[in-house]
Amino acid sequence: MKAVYFAWVRERIGRTEEIVSPPAEVVTVGDLIGWLIQRGEEYAYAFEKPNVIRAAIDRKHVRHDAPIAGAGEVAFFPPMTGG
Amino acid sequence: MGSVRIQREDFDAAAETRALTQGRADVGAIVTFTGLCRDEGASLSALELEHYPGMAEEEIGRVVEQAQARWPLLGVTVLHRYGKIAPGENIVLVVTTSSHRAAAFEAAEFLMDYLKTRAPFWKKEHRRDGTQGDWVEAKDADDRALERWGHPQA
Repeated sequence: MKAVYFAWVRERIGRTEEIVSPPAEVVTVGDLIGWLIQRGEEYAYAFEKPNVIRAAIDRKHVRHDAPIAGAGEVAFFPPMTGG
Repeated sequence: MGSVRIQREDFDAAAETRALTQGRADVGAIVTFTGLCRDEGASLSALELEHYPGMAEEEIGRVVEQAQARWPLLGVTVLHRYGKIAPGENIVLVVTTSSHRAAAFEAAEFLMDYLKTRAPFWKKEHRRDGTQGDWVEAKDADDRALERWGHPQA
């Protein structure tokens, strides 16, 4: 699946998107965050406060307990500041 | 009936309003809200608005659908800009039309409250002295503003 990052999550990770292939035990959005954190310091920095991070699956807001099975695109970003 | 546009270019609020009223006589109320880029400490050169292409349109579209289900609206237009925006320039436009004013007022406020917390946009400051500014932080007050609408969250 594709992972996409926005705002300071993107800056901290140092990329806008990437293809990720998490193992089967990574079931939820929260699991995926935990799995990404293991990949390196830049991920640990981006997700240092996981509760702050918002997520979307296929361009719809989801909570961290949402399953990622079948997702084409998972997005991670800070709380939104538009308007 | 709802129009949602995400664009880099500026917009003309008067032209958008005309588009919702032209050729029809059933509109009794128009509410127009324009949000501007604001400089509080005379230190800002611009705000840079990043957005999630695709989701920005879709999410605002979902909020517009909710507003249409809740109030008897005759028309809705939401425009949101992205890119670098200088203090004093337009950022966002919401126009609602209805037969009577209450629906238009309430729906416009509902749309702005939801847009601020659910539309995937992020503001970064650019300072006049050329230094890197901070990402604007989300305000608790914006989350609290949703409470009066009985917020259904994702």
